[in-house]
Amino acid sequence: MTHHHDNQADGISRRHALECMIWAGTGVLWTISAGVPVSLSLLGAAQAAEALATGFTFLQISDSHIGFDKAANPHAIDTLKEAMGKIQALPQKPAFMIHTGDITHLSKAAQFDNAAQIIGGAGFDVHYVPGEHDLIDDGNGQAYLDRYGKGTKGAGWYSFDQNGVHFIGLVNVVNLKAGGLGNLGADQLAWLADDLKAVTASTPIVVFAHIPLWAVYPEWGWGTDDAAQALALLKRFGSVTVLNGHIHQIMQKVEGNVTFHTARSTAFPQPAPGTAASPGPMTVPAGQLRSLLGTSSVTVKQGGQDLAIIDSTLA
Amino acid sequence: MIRFPSRLLVVSPVAFGLAAILTMISMPLNAADQPMVKIENFAFTPAVLTVKQGTAVTFENDDDIPHLAVANDGSFRSKALDTGDTYAFTFNKVGDYAYFCGLHPHMQGRITVAP
Ligand SMILES: [Cu+2]
Repeated sequence: MTHHHDNQADGISRRHALECMIWAGTGVLWTISAGVPVSLSLLGAAQAAEALATGFTFLQISDSHIGFDKAANPHAIDTLKEAMGKIQALPQKPAFMIHTGDITHLSKAAQFDNAAQIIGGAGFDVHYVPGEHDLIDDGNGQAYLDRYGKGTKGAGWYSFDQNGVHFIGLVNVVNLKAGGLGNLGADQLAWLADDLKAVTASTPIVVFAHIPLWAVYPEWGWGTDDAAQALALLKRFGSVTVLNGHIHQIMQKVEGNVTFHTARSTAFPQPAPGTAASPGPMTVPAGQLRSLLGTSSVTVKQGGQDLAIIDSTLA
Repeated sequence: MIRFPSRLLVVSPVAFGLAAILTMISMPLNAADQPMVKIENFAFTPAVLTVKQGTAVTFENDDDIPHLAVANDGSFRSKALDTGDTYAFTFNKVGDYAYFCGLHPHMQGRITVAP
């Protein structure tokens, strides 16, 4: 394959060899080599499949907003079903899924039930973090914790290890401050520092949270106030991948050893930063919606630290 | 980008006539005693409002996304307001009430309560 070369050097020096692929459908949109974005010729479906077969894959879905029924997508429940159908039809089954929040639109019991039925029906292990829409029940988040809080700390953060990768699910949608952005808080940061103590610097790290952990567009609240403190704790690791949702569109950035990536929603698109009066559901001409919704799959090469991120639409 | 009106109202002529009469009757009262803060395009409008002590202020969400008005000092907090939902709070104490959206905290407003 043209986009990839192995480098077996130790983890910390790997930062300059970090490569990341972003696929849209069957084509690579960009790659990162030595921290510099490099455009690549489009790859065919066969090569995409080959990349998927090289290691273990997990799948990210985000912002399913079950219960949303406005003009931008009157049937958010149907597009989630379509997304799950596409995931189930993948030739290479993901090892598990992560959901980066806004499972529901209004935290209603029936919305959580519908989401659990549709997502759970596919039979994958799913690791969730909440979005702000999942914490607006009368109990201010109790409904989410009752369903997904088992084995988590605080507002629902946790970590786990799989295939040599350390996964960290963070919550940045509670105790939001006036005028602020997403918020991790001192308790969670202290937990993170403690959690990372036992992890070696050569272990690939995947962090996932709802609101982007980088300043995508603070004017619209698309960032996290104390993300820098979390990223400082991750500095010593050779490979860090940060996966977020919330903004309902793909954005990516590579900064040193950290690759940031946001996923599409399965419910409705939002405007690109600054291109509309405000964020919020964007109504597009009929026939275009599914090309703006989708999921992301992440492949970790066996024994390596490179993660390939492949975004697929529902179109 | 194309944006639909956040709410489409279908009103029959009879209902419209009735509504018009009710509006005429209640408008002075509304204007004086029931000031409204609209939430639209991720903003509180008006962002700064002055009312008399004892006034009830109604927040109405006209976005396709829920919002939640909460005072910085905790003196009031709405539930999450879905499209078209309203929340009213009566300001019985004189003072300055800065508030923000509990879901989108970059959204901010202020209500000044005068004696
Ligand atoms: Cu809001």
